[in-house]
Amino acid sequence: MARLTAGVATSHVPAVGRAIDTGQTQNDYWKPMFDGFDFSKKWEESEKPDVVFLVYNDHATAFSLDFIPTFAIGVAEDYAVADEGFGPRPVPPVEGHADLAWHIAGSVIQQDFDLTVVNKMDLDHGLTVPLSLMFGQPERWPCKVIPFAVNVVQYPVPSGRRCYNLGKAIRKAIDSFDQDLNVQIWGTGGMSHQLQGPRAGLINQPWDQAFLNDIGDNVDRLVGIPPEEYIREAGSEGIELVMWLIMRGALDDQVTEVHRHYHVPASNTAIGHIILKNGK
Amino acid sequence: MTKSRPYDDVPGTTVFDERMSRKGYHLNQFCMSLMKPENRDRFKSDNRGYLDDWKMTEDQKQAVIDRDYNRMLSLGGNIYFLAKIFSCDGLSFQYAASTMTGVSEDEYLKMMLAGGRSPDGNRYKHEWDKSNG
Repeated sequence: MARLTAGVATSHVPAVGRAIDTGQTQNDYWKPMFDGFDFSKKWEESEKPDVVFLVYNDHATAFSLDFIPTFAIGVAEDYAVADEGFGPRPVPPVEGHADLAWHIAGSVIQQDFDLTVVNKMDLDHGLTVPLSLMFGQPERWPCKVIPFAVNVVQYPVPSGRRCYNLGKAIRKAIDSFDQDLNVQIWGTGGMSHQLQGPRAGLINQPWDQAFLNDIGDNVDRLVGIPPEEYIREAGSEGIELVMWLIMRGALDDQVTEVHRHYHVPASNTAIGHIILKNGK
Repeated sequence: MTKSRPYDDVPGTTVFDERMSRKGYHLNQFCMSLMKPENRDRFKSDNRGYLDDWKMTEDQKQAVIDRDYNRMLSLGGNIYFLAKIFSCDGLSFQYAASTMTGVSEDEYLKMMLAGGRSPDGNRYKHEWDKSNG
């Protein structure tokens, strides 16, 4: 049977992708941020996941305002890397896992979460930057990926509680898949940041640290945070953190923290990263 | 439909709900078109001519030509869509953010290096009204 072994959360800033792609990761500005992922890359080399279920948000790339799915699961065999307005990132294309993706889509929809099923979509920095942070710059990505896009652009966005419960449904689906696979779930985006308006540049380090402290053992508090608290305390784009709760919902109630990293700033954003393993 | 929302009292922030999205549909779809290189070339060579192909208001077109991002936000633009405009101009998110806050890119970069804008004094509109006298 498929086994969900671990959860990873990480921010997904476009400037981080640019720093990687242009070889600037070791300069004074970026080195402290990237150093926090050295452990993570080595950890992934020993964990060797077969599939990553990657929760991210599309940034007006695959989805315009023509139609706006709240939750969209990619079921394709492969995906292209998107041109977001300055040419595609020079990273390998992404291989999907259609069997597992269709199985999860079927199971989760039957558990009353209405997913949009997507056969073709280009993947933006929301998905490719986390892959680069965790796997470096390989010729091809070392595992298959199931992209799972969450709408955090057009309000109303799904609540933290909805996301957490969706994570539980995804877990049930993975547990019932009849192939021996090592599966990880990643939640991306955040932490505090605001990219727009006169309040742009907002960073709330104590609030972020409390979020990192509670995601392992006190997630009930986080699940109850309403959207307006994310906006007020973590900036308008801090709402992306609801995607971390999908990751957390899919893990066991009891988890062990393997690694944590927090760094300000990466462009406009507070970088947060945590690795959780199932069980104490 | 126009009733107030629990986030309406956050200062300096436009939440992209249906009130903004309905205003900004054509503006945002214009931005989306800039993901194609041939459209970027046409827009770069003639901003006005390219914009005239879109069902946008004159205010929206002028705000784009002026690269006035706060104005575009107030007219229904969403930041991830507007990002296609400054990407097309070869400018960074950090630069665009600095123009929205009214400081130079250098000052903005210094603020971020010092830990970013504190939430203290920036949570509620009345805190801003007070500090502006």
